[in-house]
Amino acid sequence: MAILALDSLGAARPAVSAAVDPQAIPAARVGGRGTGTVRFENVSKTYRSAAGEVRALDDVSLAVPSGAIFGIIGRSGAGKSSLLRTVNRLEEPTSGRVLVDGEPIAALGTDGLVALRRRIGMIFQHFNLLSAKTIRQNVALPLTVAGVGKAEIARRVEEALRLVGLEDKAGTYPSRLSGGQKQRVGIARALVSDPEILLCDEATSALDPETTLSILNLLRDINRRLGLTIILITHEMSVIREICTDVVVLEAGRVAEAGPVWRVFGAPEHPATRALLAPLTRDVPNELAERLSPHPRPGARAVLRITYSGRTPPDLSALVAATGGPVQLLQAGVERIQGHAVGRLLIAAGPEAEARLRAIGETVEGIGYVAADD
Amino acid sequence: MSPQMIDRLWQAAFDTVFMVGVSAAIAVLAGLPIALFLVTSAPGGIFPAPRANRLVGLVVNGFRAVPFIVLLVALIPFTRLVVGTTIGVWAAIVPLAVSATPFFARIAEVSLREVDPGLIEAAQSIGCRRRHILVHVLLPEALPGIVGGFTITVVAMIGASAVAGAVGAGGLGDVAIRYGYQRFDTTVMSVVIAILIVLVCCVQFAGDSVVRRLRAR
Repeated sequence: MAILALDSLGAARPAVSAAVDPQAIPAARVGGRGTGTVRFENVSKTYRSAAGEVRALDDVSLAVPSGAIFGIIGRSGAGKSSLLRTVNRLEEPTSGRVLVDGEPIAALGTDGLVALRRRIGMIFQHFNLLSAKTIRQNVALPLTVAGVGKAEIARRVEEALRLVGLEDKAGTYPSRLSGGQKQRVGIARALVSDPEILLCDEATSALDPETTLSILNLLRDINRRLGLTIILITHEMSVIREICTDVVVLEAGRVAEAGPVWRVFGAPEHPATRALLAPLTRDVPNELAERLSPHPRPGARAVLRITYSGRTPPDLSALVAATGGPVQLLQAGVERIQGHAVGRLLIAAGPEAEARLRAIGETVEGIGYVAADD
Repeated sequence: MSPQMIDRLWQAAFDTVFMVGVSAAIAVLAGLPIALFLVTSAPGGIFPAPRANRLVGLVVNGFRAVPFIVLLVALIPFTRLVVGTTIGVWAAIVPLAVSATPFFARIAEVSLREVDPGLIEAAQSIGCRRRHILVHVLLPEALPGIVGGFTITVVAMIGASAVAGAVGAGGLGDVAIRYGYQRFDTTVMSVVIAILIVLVCCVQFAGDSVVRRLRAR
């Protein structure tokens, strides 16, 4: 079932190919739109300050496939921002190289860099709109400075504003807009020059949960409709879960864990990943934890945690049959990520259920016992 | 007050406005590029040139340190070179402009420095070249602060122009010193002060309303 769902997901997003061989990334296209791949090769960044050296990035190697929504997550200070900024050279790596569409970008001169930046849109946590310009002028700026003709600018600005649903705000100033609207303007500005890559620097961290969802939906929609690669950094796992196809966990400037989102969510291996996932993970509720006893008493029922890491779909009938007796569902937190069921169940069953479930291949963990009447 | 005195006051008011107006215009034209240079050439700026930055900063501080009355006299050879005379309104405009330029440059520098670095980064990310950043980001975003700073500069210059009488430039300050102070004519003194108050209030009001309009966007 999981395989089937993955296929339908693949069909909906034809541009996504998670297993892109880095060697297969085509060489830079001359003129026109590239495919929007990014490759980091042994990228390191060291900041020197009066307080000494800080190693923000430490030998990071990654390949971002064309059309992916690639999430970079980590705690603050993990180097996410530094890594993202190396893609459009707002930040220069101390060593290693970054390739966009197979082309090493460190060699670009001023003109080449400006051309590269016009192929890479970027949105920011604090939106960074120009307060002295109207929404229309803000969105038009990338085209204005590129010397695009007036009629062409008007047409494309209109189109970009329609895409983000703000065509009626063209004449107003940013200070009159809400946070979500400002970020939509930021997105329109980033998209107006028809980029192949969109960089999102904590784009939803200053927004409330509802607005965050609407911006994430917009980004997903843009990714599908325009087929552009999105690289986003965030410190919220919920953002990754919502829209990303692939995720990289950074810890102290190094890659702690990387892979498709369902796999990282289903079976986090690195402590940093687990720590970041903690807010999304339902643990044993306090009320239940207080009544748990570590030893079985006569007639007590075992409380078991069954973990689904997305490799096999949960089969409830097999589960009930294996326990061989009454099963009580105490808590369930299973969700579907990219067509894979990921999460945990908490059940109460007979004392022998743990061994039986293990025998049918479930990932089971006994966490204690409760009295039978609970 | 005699009709002559009233004429004299009118002439003095005109001289003050003219002197301050012309030198303020020069101060903006010369001070703004200096301010832009000081901000963009600083380490981490968009045209980093730390040595030149320190040098210009030193020159600006030097001029700011000299009291205006001293500058007025010290600049006499330079004034003669520029306007061909060392007395009269034009002879006062040169030192006034020379003194107001670094003053305004420092004030404008503060406003320019306060432009959010995120905006410059955003401009770079959309493919702005450095001159685009000057025109589209730094100047427009700092404009309310620059206008506010210009208001302060003009008010300070009205005060400084009082000593322009030392080179025979006339103006309200000169009338106040010669008639009000040296001849103990309290009426003239009071009238001059009243005119100066009105003048300063007008400048401040005009400046504030422009700033308000710019910030209302």
